[in-house]
Amino acid sequence: MAIGQSVKRKEDARFLTGRGVYTDDINRPGQLHAVIVRSPLPHARIAGIDAGETLAAEGVVAVFTGADMAADGVGSLPCGWLIHNKDGSEMVEPPHPPLVAERVRHVGDQVAVVIAETRAQAKRAAQLLDVDYEDLDAVVSCADATEDGAPLVWDEAPGNTCYDWELGDREATDAAFERAAQVVELDLVNNRLVPNAMEPRAAIGEYDPAGGNYTLTTTSQAPHVVRLLMGAFVLNLPEHKLRVVAPDVGGGFGSKIFHYAEEAIVTWAAGKLARPVKWTAERSESFVSDAHGRDHVSHAELAVDEQGQFLGLRVRTVANMGAYLSTFATSIPTYLYATLLAGCYRTPAIYCEVRSVFTNTVPVDAYRGAGRPEAAYLLERLVDKAARQLGIDRIELRRRNFIPKDAFPYATPVALEYDTGDYEATLDLALSQADWDGFESRREEAAARGKLRGIGASTYVEACGIAPSAVAGALGARAGLYESAVVRVHPTGSVSVLTGSHSHGQGHETTFAQIVADRLGVDIDAVEVVHGDTEIIPFGMGTYGSRSLAVGGSALFKALDKVVAKGKKIAAHMLEAAADDIEFADGQFKVAGTESSVALDEVAFAAYVPHDYPIEELEPGLEETAFYDPANFTFPAGCHICEVEIDPETGAVELVGVTVADDVGRVINPMIVEGQIHGGLAQGIGQALLENCVYDENGQLLTSSFMNYAMPRAADLPSFDVGHHVTPCTHNPLGVKGVGEVGSIGVPPAVINAVLDALAPLGVGDIEMPATPERVWRAIRDARAAG
Amino acid sequence: MARMSLNVNGRDVSADVPDATLLVELLREHLDLRGVHVGCDTSQCGACSVLVDGRSVKSCTMFAGEADGSSVTTIEGLADGAELHPMQQAFRECHALQCGFCTPGMVLSAIDLLERQPDPGESEIREWLEGNLCRCTGYHNIVEAVKSCAAAQRS
Ligand code: FES
Ligand code: FES
Repeated sequence: MAIGQSVKRKEDARFLTGRGVYTDDINRPGQLHAVIVRSPLPHARIAGIDAGETLAAEGVVAVFTGADMAADGVGSLPCGWLIHNKDGSEMVEPPHPPLVAERVRHVGDQVAVVIAETRAQAKRAAQLLDVDYEDLDAVVSCADATEDGAPLVWDEAPGNTCYDWELGDREATDAAFERAAQVVELDLVNNRLVPNAMEPRAAIGEYDPAGGNYTLTTTSQAPHVVRLLMGAFVLNLPEHKLRVVAPDVGGGFGSKIFHYAEEAIVTWAAGKLARPVKWTAERSESFVSDAHGRDHVSHAELAVDEQGQFLGLRVRTVANMGAYLSTFATSIPTYLYATLLAGCYRTPAIYCEVRSVFTNTVPVDAYRGAGRPEAAYLLERLVDKAARQLGIDRIELRRRNFIPKDAFPYATPVALEYDTGDYEATLDLALSQADWDGFESRREEAAARGKLRGIGASTYVEACGIAPSAVAGALGARAGLYESAVVRVHPTGSVSVLTGSHSHGQGHETTFAQIVADRLGVDIDAVEVVHGDTEIIPFGMGTYGSRSLAVGGSALFKALDKVVAKGKKIAAHMLEAAADDIEFADGQFKVAGTESSVALDEVAFAAYVPHDYPIEELEPGLEETAFYDPANFTFPAGCHICEVEIDPETGAVELVGVTVADDVGRVINPMIVEGQIHGGLAQGIGQALLENCVYDENGQLLTSSFMNYAMPRAADLPSFDVGHHVTPCTHNPLGVKGVGEVGSIGVPPAVINAVLDALAPLGVGDIEMPATPERVWRAIRDARAAG
Repeated sequence: MARMSLNVNGRDVSADVPDATLLVELLREHLDLRGVHVGCDTSQCGACSVLVDGRSVKSCTMFAGEADGSSVTTIEGLADGAELHPMQQAFRECHALQCGFCTPGMVLSAIDLLERQPDPGESEIREWLEGNLCRCTGYHNIVEAVKSCAAAQRS
């Protein structure tokens, strides 16, 4: 089955019958169970730990603390991206031990691990651990952290500042503001979120004393990254002695990219005890130990001329890092955020300052979209506000400032070069699908029912597949950003693909098989896609940032090219022709202009049974490896439109229409692509209307379970109307751009713009996410009181 | 310890389990039915849903003892050999699953809905599925799957 078809997913067979194997489904003989003792306090000194009662409890095998790990030389969980301050100095990078020995820095911080024969025993015993804490003052929000005299999370980080970074041309931007006819200003908060993949994190450490080999089975999006970081920086284990397996993984959305403390704890403890050690998070534990997302506070100003042309954009953002630097935390509010502030627009001068701060909260890192939703939200709210202030239609204002489709490749003033796009096309498509022009009659009809109806749009651009490695490296990345693939054609012509990317719901086993089926002309059922086991797959960076297809798929494409090239040489020998004369299509190697041909499986057989084979020039076998380092990011873009109805008496916002038109480049499997968009939209709508991670002023997490953190449920959402327009990516062989994050990037500002459109007649000019009934009701009440 | 007998996926089983054992623990830990998933600790996600005497139940909210003498169906017991249950089939056709973690609970809960209401409207489906969280699909295709299964079963 070819590229472009909605092939049903190969992986569904096991998931639909309960035969998926997730980490917690695995049990090893002799396995012990670990429970992590976590800090109940946001900030405290550990004055002492008395493990006496715990050790005496039934079934307990061991209790380990931070001191034990430190004594064993266990290192710190590393941060993967070094950011430089404005003055060229390096960011503050505090230690991040898997178990802390001296000072806990957020509720949920790991203090000790209790290991017992059963999970229930470990849990009971963990409650007996006597930890003596000396309470310290805590800082929670961006505002707290930056106050003069605020308590310090890290003594080495004055002002709680991790870094103070800038991007863009400050002088040129200031000059643009001097010429401006008007300046539009906006303060906004990008609310903190909890990723909440439905499968809680879990990890099993194993140690084989005979060979000295370790195995970690873990809920990871990037098993090789975990192996590299844990092996090289934390446990000091060489790669050939450490295997990391990420089996079926129940969703990630970024939160399972990172190397977490628990992975190091169970692996290390398995070595100490020479028995398998398993840990599975309870959901309430996930809330205080999975990295959170977003949490920005920004001030933005847009300079415009009389015609509404954008002249300059100035942004100041404070980003919350939490208590420690999670694996990719530092890159999110910088290279994945500020670089996107041009959006779809020709704004000639942009300057952005980002101060990242430590607080006594869970670490913040990438969550679906990671930096790009924050940029799109800021920009698209600002453009709507500008339209209102200038009295120009909000769609017209966007059109006036779009980068025109003949201007690509287009270099933005914030370091990116967009390769391709057609923003008018996705805008027009979405407008017509949503019947934008017919909206006023719907508004009137709703008004007759006592409802406030509003419509809002956002036109976003995002960047996927961070690249190239050399550029990222120059900007502080401590990793490569390529992807790998092996194509192994077996002797009878079936194919195994080993990919360094990882599927946790995205459907690689199908999409990648389609690419192989298309290129090699084999049946899709003759292709097996293998991922997630460092012992089997080549070194790869895993899956995040919508990179699997654009980077991993391109590596696969390259490996397939190599297979075909070698196959041609083998076929040339078999057909007694010159290799240059061999053509390959539909699984047949053919001498050009003749009927003479051999099939792929015959060529494969000859390669593995080389009795009559050009053995002098060609090695036996038909297996190729490719690594692909992209030349650039890819730039999906599109237009999202939302329509809402608000009950002015209760403030409840009903989302009555969600219409999107996205350009994600070439589409391999439309069914899977739409599913990815749906999922992203649900998370984006969740951010805009429901979800909010809230700490009280003392640093206790108030939204600590599904009882008080509002996850989107089926009845909170409408069906989605999804349209596509394709401008193929120009620099990867498949022409694909990436689709995993567009929904969560494009839709939040469209929702809020719609809410504000509905409330504008009452004089409401601003509302924060999530636009809960209470907030909307208060905004209406305040506007009425003021008006 | 309590001894209990029940029928699970068409098979009579008896087990000795500690008194406070939850049904989900009995199924997952004692009977090794790993398709019964645990997504939360507050009875909010529905990943653990199974059918007890044909009705969908969050198996983390029920003691194993309460299911004594009942007949329990988990996701493992739905397909007839290689033949998927129509709801499983509809989920596949409509791409109503991504990571698959919520899927067993969703499928079983949706089956119970159609038992009660063979022709549910979209909002009825959405209201019914309120007890089952999915973080991947945005529910759009799950609703489509339930609709299409209902239509197929009616015809
Ligand atoms: S595990 Fe979440 S409801 Fe049962
Ligand atoms: S498919 Fe992943 S949670 Fe529903």
